[in-house]
Amino acid sequence: MFGYYVKLAGISIRRNPVLTGLMILAIGLGIGACMTTITVNYVMSSDPIPHKSDQLHYVQIDSWDPNNPFSDDGDPPDQVTWTDATNFMRDKKAFRQSAIASSNGVIIPPGDDSKPFMAAMRITYADFFPMFDLPFQFGSGWPSSADDNHEYVVVLSRKTNDEVFGGEDSVGRTLNVVGKEFRVIGVLDEYFPVPKFYDVSTGAFDAPEDIYLPFVLKEDLELNNNGNTNCWKAQESEGFLGFLQSECINYQMWVELPTNADKQAYEDYLYSYVTEQKSLGRLERPMNNRLPNVMEWLDDQEVVEDDAQILLWLSFMFLGVCLLNTIGLLLAKFVSRSAEIGLRRAVGASRGDLFIQHTVETAIIGIAGGILGLGLSLLGLEGVKILYSDVPEQIVQLDITMVTLALILALIASVAAGLYPTWKACNIAPASQLKSQ
Amino acid sequence: MNNLEIGPILRALTRNKVGAILIAIQIAFTMTIVVNAISIIQERERLMARESGLDDANTFFIDSSGFTDDFNEQVTVQEDLANIRALPGIISAVQINAVPVTGSGWSMSLQTTENAEGDGTSVAVYMTDEYGIETMDLELIAGENFSPTDVRWRERAQNNWPDKVIVTKAMADELFPEENWQYALGKTVYIQEDEPLLITGIVDKLQAPWVSWGGVERSMISPEYQLFGATKYLIRAEPGFRDEMMPQVEELLAQSNDGRIIRNLRSIDDQRKRSYQSHAAMVKMLSLIMVVLILVTGLGIVGLASFNVNRRKKQIGVRRALGATQGAILRYFMVENFLISSIGVLLGAGLSVGLNIILVDQFSLTPIDWYLIPTGMIALWMVGQIAVFGPAQRAASISPASATRTV
Repeated sequence: MFGYYVKLAGISIRRNPVLTGLMILAIGLGIGACMTTITVNYVMSSDPIPHKSDQLHYVQIDSWDPNNPFSDDGDPPDQVTWTDATNFMRDKKAFRQSAIASSNGVIIPPGDDSKPFMAAMRITYADFFPMFDLPFQFGSGWPSSADDNHEYVVVLSRKTNDEVFGGEDSVGRTLNVVGKEFRVIGVLDEYFPVPKFYDVSTGAFDAPEDIYLPFVLKEDLELNNNGNTNCWKAQESEGFLGFLQSECINYQMWVELPTNADKQAYEDYLYSYVTEQKSLGRLERPMNNRLPNVMEWLDDQEVVEDDAQILLWLSFMFLGVCLLNTIGLLLAKFVSRSAEIGLRRAVGASRGDLFIQHTVETAIIGIAGGILGLGLSLLGLEGVKILYSDVPEQIVQLDITMVTLALILALIASVAAGLYPTWKACNIAPASQLKSQ
Repeated sequence: MNNLEIGPILRALTRNKVGAILIAIQIAFTMTIVVNAISIIQERERLMARESGLDDANTFFIDSSGFTDDFNEQVTVQEDLANIRALPGIISAVQINAVPVTGSGWSMSLQTTENAEGDGTSVAVYMTDEYGIETMDLELIAGENFSPTDVRWRERAQNNWPDKVIVTKAMADELFPEENWQYALGKTVYIQEDEPLLITGIVDKLQAPWVSWGGVERSMISPEYQLFGATKYLIRAEPGFRDEMMPQVEELLAQSNDGRIIRNLRSIDDQRKRSYQSHAAMVKMLSLIMVVLILVTGLGIVGLASFNVNRRKKQIGVRRALGATQGAILRYFMVENFLISSIGVLLGAGLSVGLNIILVDQFSLTPIDWYLIPTGMIALWMVGQIAVFGPAQRAASISPASATRTV
């Protein structure tokens, strides 16, 4: 019977090709618009490190101006001071921990005719690499003894290694960074977390840095601040050290706490730490410690762009209009077939048979619309890529989940749109139609 | 009213309620999206149209970072500025710590009384010399420019300030809200709580580097050269010479000293495109959505109207045979559509405001201008009338003779 219904649907579609085309186009456009915006929103709000995002916590304490809150909604500052970052690292109360920050500096590649270039740097502690599971092509991160001994070691991104060392295993070679000879200890494989969760302060979808250096070298080599530096108080002493020791925030602090007990213990530690600092005359604001995990932190920082969300809402309304359109057209189409339906009922087709027959027809239209919509969403994502030149590739790619979702959405949407017209068609009384003709 | 035949049309409509309601809702939703999209587009275009205060079309900037141990930054900056200013085709050039529209810069807080805790006005800081006014194409509307002796050298971690400052008119207004802006000239304000700055000049307009900051018109100029390791030059070319001068300046800097890296050569126009990219993208996407949506709705109306015409062929023939003119038939369909559209746009007006309230609340957009509602209503009325015109004309051309035939 199913084959027969498909055949009937084919006949019906051929009888009104323009009208059917219009319905497929409407569903396709609606699905295309929705899939484009859903994909962008889905990737923007995706979990960048799913297997342990609930164990990684961002540390926030309120180091801000006693007379003025950092933000109107009562959130503590979004970064920490040098003093607090280095104290947390000294106390080592978590399973793993790393204070991090961004900086930049000149790299002079080996070779006489090499061209020096400015590299984006991330300064971290040894735990950064195992904590965030950075993939290595060659070598590994540095041991924590390198932090303790202020060693000149560097981890290169794959791109930097390709550019400077032609992609070969450069572990053990030296590289001139900010005028000092650094030993390459590891080379990362492709690494592009989306969002770039460990530091969203200058943009949640920026590319990761070119090289990674020990955090402690910031003081030794007077590395400059990148990203956002916010201050509420003038520095008390002159010079670079005075600047580091000021109440300016420019550092991000991450800890890995595998169990709830660990988290509780770290919260207790933060409480006693802040209490201790208060007794030293710092951290004068009320106690306001936070320990969000990765997804809570991304949510708090609102990494999904407002524009993406606005477009998501509008595209769903757009799909709504397209479906209303389809309902109207299907209704017209089915009702115009009253005579035929009456005849089929008269020769013995049950309401159930007619229901299935018409649902098959709308499902076919829906699938066709879904396929068209998929094609249009690919176009739409290409468009997004052109309009936003710096958007990472991952945001504008359809994966298998999205393709399945598109087809299911199209199918459900079209069948739902067909329900009322189908119901109307099934309720046509056989006699009335046969008489008048 | 009689010859519009509203009564019979309404009675006919009630026999096919669902179809009419569907079109009305579709029109309402379409109007809701279109009106809100236009409102967002207007907001973005207003943002993009704001002036930076610079001579955007003729100005560019470039970075220079020294990296060798014997690199003398102070000498290099002095030489660079002398060399660039001497180039034919250049109006003026300065060393500066930040450039409008670029998104990175310094902010500080100024207070009108000493040690007034937590009562400051945040302001973007530009550090440059006495050529700043000319290079940035600013108009000094009160006071005077810095003199060469006012300009000092600032080290990277230095935390005190020169004693003179030039502020923008918007900053003067913000500092002294009770007075008019001229009042600020000659007043002392405090930076870092207790360090006095004398306002010696006021300029008309200079935007802060952050285009989405609420205080984007609040800027100050501090007379300082910088020794920060990385230097930025802002350069203004003679009108029309920018594209010619950009590579020349880059070449000049690269040749004169190889202990440094020259990078980020960019025109203000190009920077504007980058900084406003997301707004421009939003405008384009919303425009596309609007056009496609109106087309879908229009085609839907055409499709449904065509169907109705076909279904009523016989009745139309009968009316024609009974003496109705072609005009009367045409008018019937046009008026029918007008009535359905009216319900749609009335509903749409309410929904537009509703969606706008949600958007304003969730995404802090600006509320829609009232006139967009009637404009949207009229536009959708017109879309409906245009869409129905074709099918209505076909209906009008049905011959009276068709009444005599069976379908």
